[in-house]
Amino acid sequence: MTGEVAVLGAGMHPWGKWGRGFVEYGTKAARAALADAGLEWSAIQSVVGANTVRCGYPGQVAGATFAKALGWQGARVTSVYAACASGARAIDTARAQILSGMADTVLVVGADAAPKGFFAPAGGDRPDDPDWLRFRVLGATNPAYFALWARRRMALYGDTAEDFARVKVKNAVGGAANPYARYRSPVTAEEVAASPVVADPLRLLDICATSDGAAALVLGSVETARRLGMARPVRIRAVSSVSPTHPRTALDLPDIATDSAPPDSSVPDPFRPSIARAAYEEAGLGPEDLSLAEVYDLSTALELEWYEDLGLCAPGEGAKLLREGATAPGGRIPVNPSGGLASFGEAVPAQAIAQVCELTWQLRGRAGGRQVDGASAGITVNQGLFGHGSSVVVVR
Amino acid sequence: MSATRVPVVDGWFTAEGGEFRLLGTCCRDCGAVYFPREDAFCRAPGCAGTELAEVPLSRRGRVWSYTDGRYRPPAPYPSDPERAWRPYTLVAVELATERMVVLGQGAPGVTVADLAVGMEVEVVPGVLAEEDGRTLTTWHWRPVSEERPVSEERPVSEEAS
Repeated sequence: MTGEVAVLGAGMHPWGKWGRGFVEYGTKAARAALADAGLEWSAIQSVVGANTVRCGYPGQVAGATFAKALGWQGARVTSVYAACASGARAIDTARAQILSGMADTVLVVGADAAPKGFFAPAGGDRPDDPDWLRFRVLGATNPAYFALWARRRMALYGDTAEDFARVKVKNAVGGAANPYARYRSPVTAEEVAASPVVADPLRLLDICATSDGAAALVLGSVETARRLGMARPVRIRAVSSVSPTHPRTALDLPDIATDSAPPDSSVPDPFRPSIARAAYEEAGLGPEDLSLAEVYDLSTALELEWYEDLGLCAPGEGAKLLREGATAPGGRIPVNPSGGLASFGEAVPAQAIAQVCELTWQLRGRAGGRQVDGASAGITVNQGLFGHGSSVVVVR
Repeated sequence: MSATRVPVVDGWFTAEGGEFRLLGTCCRDCGAVYFPREDAFCRAPGCAGTELAEVPLSRRGRVWSYTDGRYRPPAPYPSDPERAWRPYTLVAVELATERMVVLGQGAPGVTVADLAVGMEVEVVPGVLAEEDGRTLTTWHWRPVSEERPVSEERPVSEEAS
């Protein structure tokens, strides 16, 4: 076990399409997290920003951008990028600083202002950039990859469009109870089925939107939490940041092809399960110990994949677990009680931080109408482009 | 009208010898195959290989998965915004010899209704788009067993890249 750090405070800016800048969203989330921790900004010794690639130079130096917006006060600043895992990498960096004694109080912030429609690569001709190439040569958008994985599940496991719709219906229940979610209305299976196909077999309501939003955490040592009067602070027990192993045999964003597997090897998809496995090993607990999970439901079908990769059920049994109600509110292991990306839409650098905010509120018993009874341990998991993934285990 | 025909990416496919093939590279030290091609270093973690030879990939494979694009992708996808969007299929194909999955667009006329996971397909020359007075050529996947779908394809000899 690496050692725990305490969540001193959590804060968010509501997700939506607000038409303002990411700095404003991030600053609001940071101020909310500071207030939640009961700390003055001047007490923060380090700021770690999760970068956004969509908001120019300030987005690439997010740590400094937020430190300036909150008022330069001399804190150490760090900016990190890891695609969809950026927020978790920021948490991991903050944790390393705390555990090494570099800082006692660290502010982690991620925020984005996303354009409408498909995410697109940065401009210019870059024929040696795989992300540019997949758009140039194939027009392969992110939903196209989600759809390839969804179709593969249908062929391998017999998942149906109705199973996928059931994920949306479930997550909309959480979103309706979450003041930070962008979509706060219940959704019916009929509404999913009536939404237009974006990339067969996935429909508009199977695919997460792109959103504006921000999330922030104030992290500190467990001793600092006690000093602040927190008798039972929520603690981060593990942060997984493992990379894939060669050869990668599962088609993944933004690649046009997989690696070639040697003739004598087996061909599993080893990466996604390895993300959670590393977190479990570091935390010294397993799926049977979890009260809830927040998973990266870029599509409804992908949420079912995560059930299996987290070990909540065997490979191929994700849809069965869903149909049994195990992952619904009140079920054995509620998944995405926050409403998930289905209800938030993706604000890339904020999303993995938002997952930990939700676990924090759940473990404090302060999640209102979406509260998971008796929540004592939770896990987050996500995966991003270019071999990134993350998983965070939070306990109380 | 005979627009200049240029491959959308140099060195990824060829019709030399009259047979259209995707081109990858193969590490001379460990035999790992790469597509898109690696030309400087082998990426296998235990291999120090720096010599990679160009190799044609298998012509045929089986459908690993498939989808389609109902909405126009953003730039740099070459597509005239003035023209109505025509959906195309995307097919992920598993090559048995190389043990890899390679994406590509389906040949014109191939819809998701024509495809199934496990179906045998073959690589054929295709046209991606007209752009700035040039015809961008590419590769397409086409079911082997099906009747040849309605197609804009020209004889292989004109597809030389």
